[in-house]
Amino acid sequence: MAAVVVALALQRNLFGAVVLFGIYSFLMATVLVALDAVDVAMTEAAVGAGVSTVLLLGALYLVGGMETKPLVRPLAPLALSLAVGAVLAYGMQGLPEFSDPQAPIHVHVAPRYLNQGPKETGVPNVVTAVLASYRGFDTLGETVVVFTAGAGVIALLRRRQKRK
Amino acid sequence: MSTVAGHYSYWMTIVLIVAGMYILIARGNLMKKLLGLAVLQSSVYLLYIAPAKLLGGTAPIVAQGYTVYSNPLPHVLILTAIVVGVATLALGLAMVVRIREAYGSIEEDEILARDRADDDRAPDGAR
Amino acid sequence: MTGDLVLRIVAKLLMPFMLLFALYVQFHGDYGPGGGFQAGVIAATAIVFYAITFGLAAAQRMVPERLVERLLAVGVLLYAGVGFAGLALGGNYLDYFVLDPDSVHGQHRGIFWVEAGVGITVAAVMLKLFYMFAGRGRDAGDA
Repeated sequence: MAAVVVALALQRNLFGAVVLFGIYSFLMATVLVALDAVDVAMTEAAVGAGVSTVLLLGALYLVGGMETKPLVRPLAPLALSLAVGAVLAYGMQGLPEFSDPQAPIHVHVAPRYLNQGPKETGVPNVVTAVLASYRGFDTLGETVVVFTAGAGVIALLRRRQKRK
Repeated sequence: MSTVAGHYSYWMTIVLIVAGMYILIARGNLMKKLLGLAVLQSSVYLLYIAPAKLLGGTAPIVAQGYTVYSNPLPHVLILTAIVVGVATLALGLAMVVRIREAYGSIEEDEILARDRADDDRAPDGAR
Repeated sequence: MTGDLVLRIVAKLLMPFMLLFALYVQFHGDYGPGGGFQAGVIAATAIVFYAITFGLAAAQRMVPERLVERLLAVGVLLYAGVGFAGLALGGNYLDYFVLDPDSVHGQHRGIFWVEAGVGITVAAVMLKLFYMFAGRGRDAGDA
């Protein structure tokens, strides 16, 4: 996946960049399945490799397909990105190791949802139970966000007069 | 070092985040910037999902015969984040399309030059 | 012309299965991976597939723009409506256990309607986004 992202950074043809982005989303969905996150993987595959790529291609048709200027001396952005990476690496030292059952994330709230969730809601898929029932307000907010995005795009792209 | 092997997923995530951020900042083309933003968001999903996995466990769907499950709470967070991400991308693309129609270009420096030329010709009162 | 023909026949064969799969993912979100978001996106991509193969006008005859705009709002209203039903029946906003005498069955009902609302809104938004981007022609005089 790192190779795909580097190629995306260097690619100047925008159509090729969009295709590389589709490949990156698909690889991310595969990695998510390997990490046992099946709901998230299905959403990432459908949304990232499906809808996002379609919308990017649609916008690309309206905008034009080549990145015209080669990059000149991108040292400051590279230094800034590497500095952010260094700060993240420093902060990551304190995080628990991969797949540590005693990590705080697995000890406090999650066992209650995994044990009581199916009994209280009758739904074996704990992710759906938490999403729709325990954290229903968040999902309501997210639905409103999706609606707002649709309304915003309508407001931006609607034509007032009839096209000739 | 034991930390490198134990934290391998974090190292990969940091590499992807740095690359996405570099594309976002360094490129002047607006479409490339949006692609960098989308890559950055995807990498952050990995940052959240990787700690949720337990080796030997399974997906968080309660079924007979399994006792160890992955943590479902980050999954819920990231599900919302993915959909909000595509909403952001769609709005950004709509704005890029309108900018293209208004300025004739999607390169950042050309747009800024046209803005400065317009301001020089008709300066604001506060300038 | 043969390439076009193969694409059209395959599209006609695949579309019902895609829509059926979207419905399956929506209603089996309780027992397997799935739920409202995935189902909405899959349903939208089924119609986008039809539009790519047969042209935007054909797809807009099948699923008119006005209908899609109405559905956008219907999904959110459905979700909020379930919340108000919880209020009307004696609990707090978005309480599911008051929707039925058996509290677990109430949860089932609440989750069903809420996921349906989410699925409708997501499908309508994705389809509307595609219509907006695909229906806007390039202005004359662009390179």
